[in-house]
Amino acid sequence: MAVSSSIQLRKPFWTTKRREAAIFYLMVAPWVIGFLVFTLGPILFSLYVSFTQWSMLSEPAWVGLENYRNILQDPDIGHSLAITAKYSLASVPLRLVVALFLAILLNEATIAVGLFRTAFYLPGVVASVSVAVLWQWIFNPRFGPFNAALKLFGIQGPSWFSDPNWAIWGLVIMSAWGVGGEMLIFLAGLKGIPQTLYEAAEIDGAGRLQRFLRITLPILSPTIFFNLVMSVIGSFQTFDSAFVISTARAGAIGSPLKSTLFYMLYLYQNAFSFLKMGYAAAMAWVLFIVIVSITYLINRTSNRWVFYG
Amino acid sequence: MAIQTTSRPAPAARRQDYNLGDILHKGVVYALLIGLSLLFLFPFFWMILSALKPEHQIYRWPPQWFPDPIQWSNFADVFSNPYLPFQVFIKNTLILEVGMITGRLISCTLVAYGFARLEAPGRDLIFGILLATLMLPGAVLLIPRFILFSQMGWINTFNPLIVPAWFGEAYAIFLMRQFFRTIPKELEESAIVDGANRLQVIFRIIVPLSIPVLTVIGILSFKDIWNDFMGPLLYLNEISKYTVAVGLAYLNGQFDTQMNLLMAASVTLMMPTLILFFIAQRAFVEGITMTGLKG
Repeated sequence: MAVSSSIQLRKPFWTTKRREAAIFYLMVAPWVIGFLVFTLGPILFSLYVSFTQWSMLSEPAWVGLENYRNILQDPDIGHSLAITAKYSLASVPLRLVVALFLAILLNEATIAVGLFRTAFYLPGVVASVSVAVLWQWIFNPRFGPFNAALKLFGIQGPSWFSDPNWAIWGLVIMSAWGVGGEMLIFLAGLKGIPQTLYEAAEIDGAGRLQRFLRITLPILSPTIFFNLVMSVIGSFQTFDSAFVISTARAGAIGSPLKSTLFYMLYLYQNAFSFLKMGYAAAMAWVLFIVIVSITYLINRTSNRWVFYG
Repeated sequence: MAIQTTSRPAPAARRQDYNLGDILHKGVVYALLIGLSLLFLFPFFWMILSALKPEHQIYRWPPQWFPDPIQWSNFADVFSNPYLPFQVFIKNTLILEVGMITGRLISCTLVAYGFARLEAPGRDLIFGILLATLMLPGAVLLIPRFILFSQMGWINTFNPLIVPAWFGEAYAIFLMRQFFRTIPKELEESAIVDGANRLQVIFRIIVPLSIPVLTVIGILSFKDIWNDFMGPLLYLNEISKYTVAVGLAYLNGQFDTQMNLLMAASVTLMMPTLILFFIAQRAFVEGITMTGLKG
């Protein structure tokens, strides 16, 4: 007893507050260390590498802004950015419309909803590599069912992934198949709209289209905004499907004729085929700036069409 | 009471509320749902049919719909290819699954508990940084991480994939923290009064109460690891180390691949995620809507 009271008199260093803080730091240490080693360190290092020329075989050589200057002059950068932008402009709206449409249908249904929801969501859980392998076979110009279906309408289908004019559109159609995740997020948003709003509008004589335009869309706009931003960020980093399809067809990244040379594919090629680590790191930073700018622009326009209730 | 019930409209009278327009609308909705769900399922259907065909029937025009005879041996043939041993790829992927999910669940639980319950200077700042990392595109980290792991001599090992998982994952931490905060504090306080330490509190009280969120994170992790292509593609370059996704892409890239075998391989490798999805559909759906992850 005497011992403990004398400790109390000295005002112990380990107060309850300090003990708790120490335990906190100990507990979050794994993440903090992981962040420093696997995220912050690499980010800073990548920034440094982007100012060097480096094949990983010798020491990095400082070249200042040369990589960034070369990016401005590299025709393949413009080309790959244009392809990526074209893909995003087609695929993002298509995916949003399909996802919203499916979610609205599901929201109206009462029978076998789980079954339909599963059918629409299933493609979203399948590995991107499997999806690419499968759709290559669906789009096979001679033996695939897609062109067979087109033929029923008297349309001669294109060669899809072996035709440079069509390869990217094949990828766009393919991407619409995997909208399950966005659809579920829309569905959650739709479920949150109070039914009484629709009932009141119906009494006031609003038709279905009016109710959709005046109630559903405005209330859903934050969800649309979320899905839009996530889709744009994702589509600018498209890699798996284009890599699998282009390397399988002609064995070259971005084939045929660089028509599917997405930005991330060209970045991968620079880093791991040409071993231009500095250039590829600079490319990554340019992509980062592009994505941040686009997200910022979408965000700027959002106050005109996103309503937070 | 009796008077009130009799004055209510009888069910027969309420049925008149459904006018022709509503019935038509319902009809269109279900027609579209049935049609579109068949359209969405068709690629799977086509894949399974192709996986069961003998090779000559797969290249027939116009397409032959049903395999005749059904060639089950295609599935066995996938696993007897000496150049692409899919049983090894499956084993490798399972090693990653176990190593990464275990690490993620343990580390994220500890970290998330710290953020959810303990007070310390700088806590909110650290949590803010954690949230900020969610917005960082993977492309920026791709090259420096590859360089880091190659300097450490980890290329062609599972370390670049497993080790980071033991240091927590921002999404999972965020999700768990939100969940932990809904657990009443009194439960822990009484345990602490009884002499339990923080680790005992976490594993005896918090974890058992958090099974739903841990399941969601486990399932989403399983799917992501099974489906991951870029990570294994970068770090593993020996056939004996390939995962299923890389193995399938490699099989797809071979010129002499028989399409029926490629489809049989695809069907086989899709099965685990599809089965998992059916078993844990609710948790999956909750996970997506809870996190806004797109799956």
